[in-house]
Amino acid sequence: MSGTKFVLALLIAAAAVFGAARLIGNAYVFFAGYVVLQYIALATAWNILGGYTGYVNFGTAAFFALGAYTTVVLHKLTSLPLPLMMPIGGIVSGIVGLGTGYLTLRLRGAFFSIATLAMAVVAQTLITNWDFVGGARGAYIVRPAQAWLFGIDYIQYLFLVMLALVVIVLAAARGIERSRLGYGFATIRDDEVAAEASGVPTLRLKLLATTLSGAFMGMAGAPLPYYVTYLDPTSGFSLAYAVNGVAMPLVGGTSSWLGPVIGAVLLGTLQQVATVTISSALNLLIVGLMLVGFVIVAPNGILGLLRFGRGRARA
Amino acid sequence: MEMSFDLLGNAVVSGLLLGGFYAAVTIGVTISFGMLDIVNIAHPAFIILGSYIAYIANTTWGIDPILAAVIALPAFYALGAAVYQVYYVAFERRGDEALRGLAFFFGLLFITEVTLVLVFGVDYRLVEAPYIGPSLHLGIVDLPLRLLVPFMVALVMVSGLQLFMSHSFLGRAILAVAQDPLALRLMAADPTRIKRVAFALSIATTSLAGAVLIVIQPVEPSIGRDYIGRVFAICVLGGMGSFAGTLVAAMALGIVESLTSTFYGPSWSPAVAFGFLLVTLAVRPAGIFGR
Repeated sequence: MSGTKFVLALLIAAAAVFGAARLIGNAYVFFAGYVVLQYIALATAWNILGGYTGYVNFGTAAFFALGAYTTVVLHKLTSLPLPLMMPIGGIVSGIVGLGTGYLTLRLRGAFFSIATLAMAVVAQTLITNWDFVGGARGAYIVRPAQAWLFGIDYIQYLFLVMLALVVIVLAAARGIERSRLGYGFATIRDDEVAAEASGVPTLRLKLLATTLSGAFMGMAGAPLPYYVTYLDPTSGFSLAYAVNGVAMPLVGGTSSWLGPVIGAVLLGTLQQVATVTISSALNLLIVGLMLVGFVIVAPNGILGLLRFGRGRARA
Repeated sequence: MEMSFDLLGNAVVSGLLLGGFYAAVTIGVTISFGMLDIVNIAHPAFIILGSYIAYIANTTWGIDPILAAVIALPAFYALGAAVYQVYYVAFERRGDEALRGLAFFFGLLFITEVTLVLVFGVDYRLVEAPYIGPSLHLGIVDLPLRLLVPFMVALVMVSGLQLFMSHSFLGRAILAVAQDPLALRLMAADPTRIKRVAFALSIATTSLAGAVLIVIQPVEPSIGRDYIGRVFAICVLGGMGSFAGTLVAAMALGIVESLTSTFYGPSWSPAVAFGFLLVTLAVRPAGIFGR
């Protein structure tokens, strides 16, 4: 499938999802669906760095929360519409990604991972001590009753915005996968020294991947304040985002754009159901157990299992 | 703010004591990450587990927390050996430690934390012991015993491990596996077995580290995460595999943190450790004693 056709297919799928949600007509569908879509965007963004280049980012929550807090700042200072705030949130998170990468990507991969954990705590401390965005008390956001563009219900509007972001992120991820850039990333993942020796500009590619991945996470976080209407550092920087960001791609499979989508839909839906029926602490435990179980037993995730099954059926 | 000499002196002394405690927390990472190249980011989770074991022993049977930790040492050693076995079979042997091995430890960290939350809730827990409360007074300097005792425990632990590493056959084999596993194999020693012993030892230290943690401050399941940055910052700054370096770096961080929280307020102190780590990685990734 060519790039254009893929984007068209994505748009049709997105329209179908939105249409189906409208048909059900229950506000809860939009509330829950928004979270699942947000996780698709986050997992795919994580995979651009983690799956394609092999560098593990534990700071998903920080990139995500920085996008959200950018919105808080913009909301207080300006009256920009949300679709314009999202790229700005993306730029902020992208710059933070670039900075973290610049400091640590010349070292071994483990240092980058540890640094992202560290960055998350530094960012959370800064936000907690910054009174303008509410500090530790958190910030209230009054959302408009009606959406800026279509005059539809606000939660439906948020759902639509997130759906659009998912289309963009998936198109970008698949585009990267099939381009020279993607092959460059793959050489880094498979053998960085050999890649460097054959003239692949590894540091530049790694920085590009980190920046892109961070920017998409920031964009995914930008609508959050309008969704929750009350944002405090503990919930914005919640470890749930960090763990889901890692678990979803690894459970789904990191080798292709489809993996994070499968992982996010599966784990995201599971958590939505479990939060309602059991408890929110227990559903995080399920995510953790699935992460550990999958990396031990099925290192290539669900995609790997599917391919393995297909391979055996043919043989 | 007027900087009073009393305040400064006390901040430095309590920073030193805190640094000793940080050395106890880090020494396991110095072994696993510094020597064995295993990026065990779940290390702080095991420490919190140690704190809760000490808490249970202290509240149910009234056992001294540090004594309880000593009793629990073999159990933690066995736990460490088991974790290494899984890690070796699932990741190290496949050459897959970079991405999935890291995710594995991240998952362990998370599972431990959530399980503790489910069992004990998010309330702060604390222990009782005769040395929690009173202080020694030396001139203008106060020495709270709840910091002094962990400091002593840390010194005993670090010097014990140093003696073990430099004087026993097994200890030297661990140092050797850190330098060159292939050469060790050529000497007819099994690097995997030696790494298992060393990793088990690193987890055993978390029993004691957890006990002194809960002596110093009340513990709840998520505070382990605050220690990830600290332990790795200290380990890197101390030159990765060096015990002496770990001790010096831990004290440096302890003093900086104590000064920050005295003069700027305690809400900034987590950022200090992580800032320390980022600066170390950016400026001097080989550590203060590195070559």
